[in-house]
Order: sequence, then structure tokens, then C-alpha cells
Amino acid sequence: MSTTSTTAPPGRLLLTGYAVAQFFLSILMIVLFVLWVVGGVLVVVWVGIGILAAVVPATRWVANLHRSMAARTLGTELPPPYRPLPPGGFFVKARTVLADPMTWRDLGWLLVAPVVGITVSLIVIVLLLAIVTGFIWWFATPPLMQARAVFDRWFLCYSRTERLEQRVQVLTETRADLVDHSAAELRRLERDLHDGAQARLVALSMSLGMADAAFDSEDPEQARRLIKDARSTTAGAIGDLRSVVRGIHPPVLADRGLAGAVAALAIDMAIPVTVDARLPGRPPAPVESAVYFGVAECLANVGKHSGARNGWITLAHEDDVLRAVVGDDGRGGADPGAGTGMLGVMRRLAAFDGTLSVSSPAGGPTIVTLEVPCVLSSPKTTPSSGPA
Amino acid sequence: MRLVLAEDHALLRAGLIQLLEGNGFTILHAVDNEASLSAALLDPLAEAAVLDVRLPPSQTDEGLRAAIAVRAARPGFPVMVLSQYVEQLYARELLASGVGAVGYLLKDRVSDVAEFVDGVRRVAAGGTVLDPEVVATVMARQREEPLERLTPREREVLGLMAEGRSNAAIAGLLHVTDKAVAKHINSIFTKLDLPIGEDDHRRVRAVLAWLRV
Repeated sequence: MSTTSTTAPPGRLLLTGYAVAQFFLSILMIVLFVLWVVGGVLVVVWVGIGILAAVVPATRWVANLHRSMAARTLGTELPPPYRPLPPGGFFVKARTVLADPMTWRDLGWLLVAPVVGITVSLIVIVLLLAIVTGFIWWFATPPLMQARAVFDRWFLCYSRTERLEQRVQVLTETRADLVDHSAAELRRLERDLHDGAQARLVALSMSLGMADAAFDSEDPEQARRLIKDARSTTAGAIGDLRSVVRGIHPPVLADRGLAGAVAALAIDMAIPVTVDARLPGRPPAPVESAVYFGVAECLANVGKHSGARNGWITLAHEDDVLRAVVGDDGRGGADPGAGTGMLGVMRRLAAFDGTLSVSSPAGGPTIVTLEVPCVLSSPKTTPSSGPA
Repeated sequence: MRLVLAEDHALLRAGLIQLLEGNGFTILHAVDNEASLSAALLDPLAEAAVLDVRLPPSQTDEGLRAAIAVRAARPGFPVMVLSQYVEQLYARELLASGVGAVGYLLKDRVSDVAEFVDGVRRVAAGGTVLDPEVVATVMARQREEPLERLTPREREVLGLMAEGRSNAAIAGLLHVTDKAVAKHINSIFTKLDLPIGEDDHRRVRAVLAWLRV
């Protein structure tokens, strides 16, 4: 997904500047590598964990510096390829870092890069400093530094094949989650219909049958009572069907789209919730539905747990990302891993490469951000088919 | 009373026609889509309308939009909106489209024929009829400001007023005397700072204040 950089390629003097920087960074890298080894060994006596907690971010910083220099030299973009850190405590984060293959590639690079780096850098620097070799410096610097950049890219960035493999991995996981989710939804619907509306319709039919019999036995009082029962059972069945439909696809979402449906959710809250929606069109229906249920879940949490006095929701679509933010001024301390609700929303959004992030320090405020990459369709107008 | 009826489901439309005509209404136009509804509402003979929220072609909320549009063109035109679902948002939009003469009921309330017909009559007479489900949702909320001054009993009375009940009906439901109800209502008007004026309008405005329209 690299795009051609719009900035001009660096000149020879800047490349030499990179060489100088990389020379000194190489020394830092040697130190970091030693600390890695020391930290790794001392993990047995816990002290190492502290060392590694400092060394890992430092390594990433150095590697990112080299990535940006390589990106400038090669004229391509090299985004940092690290896995995003999940919300949660130190050990959750540590596990993600350890499981990230790029952490180990960084380490391998730390071992090899100083040797390559010092050699290349020294050649470039010495060629410039010794005036006689200026001629060679003029011609040798760009290819040397490009070779260095290619070397860094090879170590520090995933190749196309590797990226595709990772993508397949992610897609396989989210597809499995989605299939599980749909199967569970279908089971829930089946159960709701079976235990709710269906059972009530059976009861209704029974009441009507008995009323029929009561007319035959000329007991109109009894018949009237049974018909009255039948009517209240009908009302119950309709109510059940209504809630099943709401669970599948809320009517207001179909009518008014995401902005209107979120506004309707806000109205139903006990505390005042302001809605600021700026959507120039409608997202694809599955995304709309996933974001709607996500926001509904967040609002339910605000109502149940936050103790907030005010809430706010913003909906926006920028740079092909639909972003919904739900905030409140409650007591904070929300943990997305604690209940099943938030995890369910995360899984549902993941199917569209979407994410959910929670910022909720103790004492508040809590801010939940849902982001889904998608394209909006133009606002719906009356279909061209016209009235029937 | 000459009515415009809009309902796209043929069975329900036939049922509603039978029910309303059997109770002394005249069905001027019975339509099943948005375009014919808009045309029917232009009929100067029409005195009120009974509409389904969802109508073809797009099956979303064109019935509601038509109701709001006709009330903008003919202020105070009585509209009873029926829906498979009640939505606070829609209740607010309807109420905001003018003072009184609107109703918003779940479709299945039609099964209580007497109550439904009475509701249509009250809307046609300029009253407000809200579905008990809308009223119950608002009730469930802890509201602040002037409404907090109301006693639980006064809230109960206000809820029944929102449903569109008369003083006598409220008295019957709460098992109190008419006089007690009138006292509660007067106290509600005072607490909500509604000046003395036409009594029916004060009732509607009390309901609006309570829905925060």
C-alpha cells in the first residue's frame, strides 16, 4: 500500500547527513542490543521485565527513525508495521508486543544493522571528508545510501507477500467471528420466536377454540371472557414480534438512517445526550447497522454504569472513515473487556476492518470511539421507479 | 366527518374502512401510496386524516412526512398517525407540527374499537392522543426542571392527559372524583406556568412541556 512520496528525493548532502546520524544511531543500537540480552536474561529475576519495558519502545523509536530515513531515500512510504496495542493492563500489552513478529525482526535488525550501518556510514563520511575522494563521494553516495535503505526496508517492513498473508489471517479470523455471531443471532431469533410469538399464537388459537365451544354450549359469558383473553394474547404476540424485529433491524434506522436513529436513541436516554451528526450520505447498510448497535450498547453502558449527568455523541465521516464517538461525564473506569457487550461490538466492527477504542480513566470522562472505513452513498431520495 | 385514509396493507385498509364507516365516519379517499395520499390531502372537503407511517414507494416514514407537510399547509388539520412501532422521535415531530389535533397510536390499538374511534374523534376535535407506550417511556425517565415539581399523582394525571383522556375518564381510571382530577390538573397548570386561557389548549401545552418539544 506504499504510495510514491511527493517530496523531492534527498540530495547528496542530506544523504551524508543521514550517514552521520546512522553512524551515531548504530552505537545506540549496540547499546540497545546489549540491554535486550541483559534484560532477556534477567527476566528470570523480574528485573529484566523493567529493562525490556524501556528497551522495546526505544528500539521501536530507533527503527521508526530508520524507516522514515529509508522512506525518504527510496521515495516510498513505509508506515510503522506494529500491531496496535489493545486496551488493558501491562501484561495484555506485553503479550501483544511479544506476539508481534516485528518485535523479533527489530531485534534481529539490531544485531546486524550496526555492522552494516557503521560500514556504509563511514565510507560515505570518509569519502566526503577526504577532499581527494570527493569525486567518488559524488557518485557513490546515492547508491550506497539507497542500498542501506533497501537493507533497512527488508528488515523493518513486511514484504507484499507477508502483508497479504497477514491480511488473509485477519480476514479468516474476523470471518470466523462473524459466522459465529450470525449463528448465535439466528439461534436467539429462533428461540425468541419459538418461546414468544409462536407460543402466544398457540394459546390464542386455544382460547378461540374454547370460545367456539362455549357458544355451542350456549354460555356467551364464558365465550366473551375467552375472546377477551384471546385479544390480550394477540397484543402480547404482536409485542413479541415487534421486539424481535427491533433486534434484527430497528425501523427508525431504516426510516431515518444512522443520524436519525442515533438521535432517537439519545431521546430515550434518561440524561440529556446531545447529538452532532455530520454525515453527507448513508454508509452501507451492514456498517450502518453495526455502528448503530455499537452506539446503542455504549449508551446502554452510559445509562447503567457511568453515573453521568450529560452525554454526547458525534458522527462524522472523514478520509473514508466513519467515526462515532460516545462520551459522558461520568465516573470513568470502564473496562471493555469486562462484559460481553463491548467485545461483541468489537467483533462485529472487525468484520468491516473497524475498531473500537475506549478511553476511560478513573474519575472520567469516558470516551468510546468506533471507527469503520467505508464509503458513503449519496443521500437517499425517492426511487426513480415512481409510485406504483 | 369526512376522512382521508392511507394504509398500504389491503386487508387492514378494508378493516379500517369498515370500522370507521360503521362508526359514523365517511371515507372520502382510501389510498395506498404516498403520491395518491398527497393528492387526497389537497381535497378541500377532507376534514381529517388517518395515516400509516410507512407507505410505498420507499416504505419508510412518508406517512409521517405527509402528515407534517399537510399540517404546515393547513394549520391545525387533524391527523391520526398509526404505526407498527412507536418512536419518541416521531411523537415529538408530530407534536411540534402545531398545537393539538394529532394522534399517534400503535396499529394494534385499533382492536379496541370503541377506544380507537373515540381517539379519532378527539383528534378531529383538536385534542392530542398519544399511545400509552410513548407515555410510559417518557414516564420511565427521570426528568428534571419544572416537571420535577409535580407530585407522583400529578405526573400520573399528566400521563393520562397525554394519552388524550377526558377528566371523567381519568377520574374513572384513578378511582377518584372528577373534582379531585380537576384540582390536580389546575395544580399542574400552575406548576408548569401555563397561564389561564382556553382550557383545551392548556392541556395540550402541558403535554408538550412534558415531552420537551
